[in-house]
Amino acid sequence: MSDIVLKTENLTKHYGGVHALQEANFELRKGEHVAIMGDNGAGKSTFVRQITGVEQRTDGKIWFDGKEVNFAGPIEAREAGIETVFQNLALADDLDVPSNLFLGREKVLFNLGPFSILDRKAMRKATEAALVRTAVKIPNLSSTIRHMSGGQRQCVAIARTATFASKLIIMDEPTAALGVQETAQVENIIRTLKENGEPLILVSHNMRQVFDLVDRIVVFRRGRIVANLRKQDTDGNDIVAYITGAKTGQAELQAA
Amino acid sequence: MRPTEEDDVSQTSHGIGGLSYDAKKRPWPAEFNVFLALVILVAAFELVGRVFLGDSFLFNTRENVSGLFNEQRLQIIILQVSIVGIIAIGVTQVIICGGIDLSSGSIVGATAMIAMSFAQVATVNGNPNPKAMFIAYGWTDLPVIVPLLVAIGCGLIAGLINGLLIAFTRIPPFIATLGMMVTARGIAKWWSKGQPISFPTDSFAAIGKGLMPVVIFISLAILFQLILTYTKYGKHCYAIGSNEDAARMSGIKIANHKVLVYAIAGILASIAAVVLSSKNLTAQAGMGVMYELDAIAMAVIGGVSLSGGRGSIIGTVIGSLIFGVIISGFTFLRLDAYYQEMVKGVIIVGAVVLDQWRQRRRAIGA
Repeated sequence: MSDIVLKTENLTKHYGGVHALQEANFELRKGEHVAIMGDNGAGKSTFVRQITGVEQRTDGKIWFDGKEVNFAGPIEAREAGIETVFQNLALADDLDVPSNLFLGREKVLFNLGPFSILDRKAMRKATEAALVRTAVKIPNLSSTIRHMSGGQRQCVAIARTATFASKLIIMDEPTAALGVQETAQVENIIRTLKENGEPLILVSHNMRQVFDLVDRIVVFRRGRIVANLRKQDTDGNDIVAYITGAKTGQAELQAA
Repeated sequence: MRPTEEDDVSQTSHGIGGLSYDAKKRPWPAEFNVFLALVILVAAFELVGRVFLGDSFLFNTRENVSGLFNEQRLQIIILQVSIVGIIAIGVTQVIICGGIDLSSGSIVGATAMIAMSFAQVATVNGNPNPKAMFIAYGWTDLPVIVPLLVAIGCGLIAGLINGLLIAFTRIPPFIATLGMMVTARGIAKWWSKGQPISFPTDSFAAIGKGLMPVVIFISLAILFQLILTYTKYGKHCYAIGSNEDAARMSGIKIANHKVLVYAIAGILASIAAVVLSSKNLTAQAGMGVMYELDAIAMAVIGGVSLSGGRGSIIGTVIGSLIFGVIISGFTFLRLDAYYQEMVKGVIIVGAVVLDQWRQRRRAIGA
């Protein structure tokens, strides 16, 4: 139990009559990278939203870092150590890189309540350190996000998760809108996270990417987890079969 | 945004790799463009003056006065914009935060009336002061701190109501502050049943004497430029105006921040009211009409984006100087005052069009 970072038991979410997520049992161990795959509407994002406290689950339990948790909102989840890169990025376009990394948790020189003086030098230093740690390359830190490409924005969003001592990083389709070169850069960052032993949940549609990056693949279909496979025990065709429903996988799940 | 902040670390260790970045493509600060516009405007008036009037707009041409520049004109330019400029400081931070404040002009009116009635002398030319509302209570010749605190209290209450309405009922800032605009103007008229209030104490009258409005305007401008640049409050203003959802996700308490922003805007409007009524030695219910729009125009001309997230107090100060130069320049060219307003309108729209165009071009370039 001690090396389990995240565990859900019978996690269920209903939107009115729509059963978006049903009895999801999920485990993530220290240093493990797990991909969540599935068709649109299969429940991937719903699952992420329950874990990160963006929505409140209908039923089920979540353990994080050894404790049962009930996050009232994404901020509580973040304070507990779950950093999420959302599809919509959640960056402020008119701020520069350090300001975005430290948004809402600025380093402060003198504490004067809301008028606290910012420690800009320290934030800049920490930003540089985070960029080195994640191997993110941003040419100019004082440039605003508005002037950056999609890939650079994504890198900033990812670097933000690594700036703080996070215990779990969740990425919701981090390369969906990126070009080839930018995707490669984001994937390199994910590899760096793996080397650093930081656990990760990666929501992705990209089969090649998933097989390149993660240890284990969890497939969602119609709100249920239908497969939970180690990478070496499966292949692309197998996963597609689970995603499309050609294989149902209940038997395998019971065996595992 | 500062081209001078070329940092060796960001140039070397992160400057390599697949994503190239051309430092030359970085746009210069928006304030620079605004300043350029100011210089061009002054040069235009100078040129037209020399050609058609044989007189200089900027420089001293009189024998009996020393100095290189026409100091009198420069003083008038900044003096006539400094009171609206104080309001514009508050409006700037509201707009950066993604809001708008239409109530500041009316807050000036209401605050001027109420504060002035607490700044009355007891006797005028040996007779009891006919304007002193509270003479029956003996509330005359009060120390200057009393009307000052009353004024700031008025601004604070009005601003708080604006902020609370916007933050908690989630009505658009336009509507909330429009309501305050009408209500505060009503209070200004009701306070003394439409009568002007005059005869302030000497200490109250000293606040707006001579170049004091300019000193107050510049001090507040420096203070708020520093606050917006170096404090958490400033950073959060830009963050909320830039992407409110991102700011919320990042744990910024949006509602609290908005209440604070509008409260500060209200206080700045009330300070403008004190300076204005002190300078004019009287308060009238119609004071500050249209000031809110002039203040917004100063901010917009100064490069503050109405969609939020961009702009600075420095920009607004330069914007206010453009305002002053236009008014003064038209007087200098002996053109009718009506033209001033027409041209002011054109310049406001022109500034926004230019800003939009600049943004679009930048977006395509990126």
